[in-house]
Amino acid sequence: MTIDSTNLAFILFAVFIATTLVLVTYAGRQSRKASDFYNAGGSLNGFQNGLAISADYMSAASFLGIAGLISLYGFDGFFYSVGFLVAWLLALLLIAEPLRNTGRYTMGDAVAFRMRQRPVRTAAAGSTLVVSIFYLLAQMVGAGALVALLLNLTDPAAKNWIIAAVGAIMVVYVVVGGMRGTTYVQITQAFLLITGAAILTFLVLLNFDFNLNSLLGKASEMSGLGQAFLEPGGRFAVEVVGDSWASFIGKLDLISLSIALVLGTAGLPHILIRFYTVPTAQVARKSVNWAIGNIGLFYLMTIALGFGAAALVTRETLGRGVNDDGSLVDSSGNVAVPQLSVVLGGGEGSFGGAIMLAFIGAVAFAVILATVAGLTLATSSSFAHDLYGSVIRKGKASSKEEVHVARIATVVIGAVAVILAIFSQGLNVAFLVGLAFAIAASANLPAVVLTMFWKSFNTRGAVWAIWGGLGSALVLLFLSPNFTGAANSLIPLSTGIDINFFPLRNPGLFSIPFGFFMGWLGTVTSKERDKELWAELEVRSLTGADVGERPSH
Amino acid sequence: MQDSTDSVVTTTQASEVWERTQQSTEFKTLKSRFRRFSFPMTIAFLVWYFVFVLLMTFARDWVSTPVFGNINIAMILALLQFVSTLIVVVTYDMYSHRKLDGIREDLRVKVEKELHG
Repeated sequence: MTIDSTNLAFILFAVFIATTLVLVTYAGRQSRKASDFYNAGGSLNGFQNGLAISADYMSAASFLGIAGLISLYGFDGFFYSVGFLVAWLLALLLIAEPLRNTGRYTMGDAVAFRMRQRPVRTAAAGSTLVVSIFYLLAQMVGAGALVALLLNLTDPAAKNWIIAAVGAIMVVYVVVGGMRGTTYVQITQAFLLITGAAILTFLVLLNFDFNLNSLLGKASEMSGLGQAFLEPGGRFAVEVVGDSWASFIGKLDLISLSIALVLGTAGLPHILIRFYTVPTAQVARKSVNWAIGNIGLFYLMTIALGFGAAALVTRETLGRGVNDDGSLVDSSGNVAVPQLSVVLGGGEGSFGGAIMLAFIGAVAFAVILATVAGLTLATSSSFAHDLYGSVIRKGKASSKEEVHVARIATVVIGAVAVILAIFSQGLNVAFLVGLAFAIAASANLPAVVLTMFWKSFNTRGAVWAIWGGLGSALVLLFLSPNFTGAANSLIPLSTGIDINFFPLRNPGLFSIPFGFFMGWLGTVTSKERDKELWAELEVRSLTGADVGERPSH
Repeated sequence: MQDSTDSVVTTTQASEVWERTQQSTEFKTLKSRFRRFSFPMTIAFLVWYFVFVLLMTFARDWVSTPVFGNINIAMILALLQFVSTLIVVVTYDMYSHRKLDGIREDLRVKVEKELHG
């Protein structure tokens, strides 16, 4: 990387930040009511919201992480793309429309609709906070590493400053622009991301005469793994020779991750609140259609980006060097896309390479900022609307007061996320994201699905489903090799602390069914059955009558 | 949250509207049409996805069989997941237009009229 690309990247970052700040200020001027802050007044159309959803969803883990995994491990990286896309069908078929019709601003609105407000909203806010903070950490840790790399900053303190800067910018987006401003940033990002990925894809395919077969052939040849590069098992559930138990656990772990991916999307709070930004359920459906189109197109392009990087960039470069024992210095592959862009632009030291690298760096930066802004908004909304408005002030707070609290919460959440991210830089980004999906699927999905479709579901069921799913996911995590007892655990082996009793790294296989089970158990052990509110919820959820109005209790 | 000011009915009357609508033939038709599509489709796509996952996990030799040059069964199955996702999206949109949106709109107008006059 030359000085040219670093300077150019700085300029492009500055242009992006300046443009988005103008958009956000403009959005802030347009915003008068509380609903502008929470859901952009419910005024977006399907195309706008679809783009914003895809920007919210496709984080740096998608743009850099998946292509990076493909570039180093081949087919298994693409496995992520499939799960992340298919997951949207659940949101489309069961969640988006009923949610739009029954809630206003937060996930808690819909789940607490026919329940006693305080316990359910406390639980909903609790799980929203945990899921979003995990996800936020992943993004910010990734941002620090990525931007430092792109700008060629070697000083460790530089990463901390970048994390702090990302935190500050996202806080400004949310405080000034609310949901409307965040949406504008996300729409800008979606255009940049698709354009960037399309340019790279086109150039990769051009190199191989638009022949997928020869692209895959060259990629497997360059990887040094031959056909195995194109087969499953390179990264996930790697066969352990002579240890069938370990091989089996690896396979279970892969299944657990798959369940978390496919069921987690429809439980992510920052995704759920995007369904509130449109006027009707029909538009909510259209926005999911647009989002699926956009997301599907992007994930399809990860084939060209990932295998293209494997075919055109040396393995040593992708891994940022090779250790003495032959292993790669960086086994994440996060630099594969930037490295690929250098090659496609004309190679190291060329002017074209510098331009491409700076452009792709700016896209990655935009991707991170748009996602963290959405996460911060979801968290502060839930804090202000569920915890402050309904639990602390028992519904007596004015909407103006709530938004004021939300803005303060945004600043606090930003500060907390920056501090946590600075101390978690050793954590693997993909691992944090996988975890956020598992927790979302365990804590949120059962409560949302059961409240929409199960007549008997009640307050105790909702509370037990959320806390049960959340608690079991977190407990299994602490007892897993992620935390202690393995070579790459968070707590190093050398400390001698070993509470590794649960062999799977992803808890979803057990914690998601447990969330549903607790929802059932809580419901049947409580006598509460509110027939009137069930009638209201069911009619509202399917017809969209009186949407956005207060439930009649 | 504020009470809606344009309400012409009391809370008790409102809940009667909701319950009456829930029991109406029109609503029951809407509900069964919605569930008849969404529930089986959800199960179908989940089963199809987990068949894919299980094949990738337990039938690696088979999915590694090349079909066209370097393109093997695993890659084809993965791409088919993209195709099936698109098919579900398009089918659901068409189904909604034909079978759900009309009746849904009728009911919405009717309920809102009863609630707000």
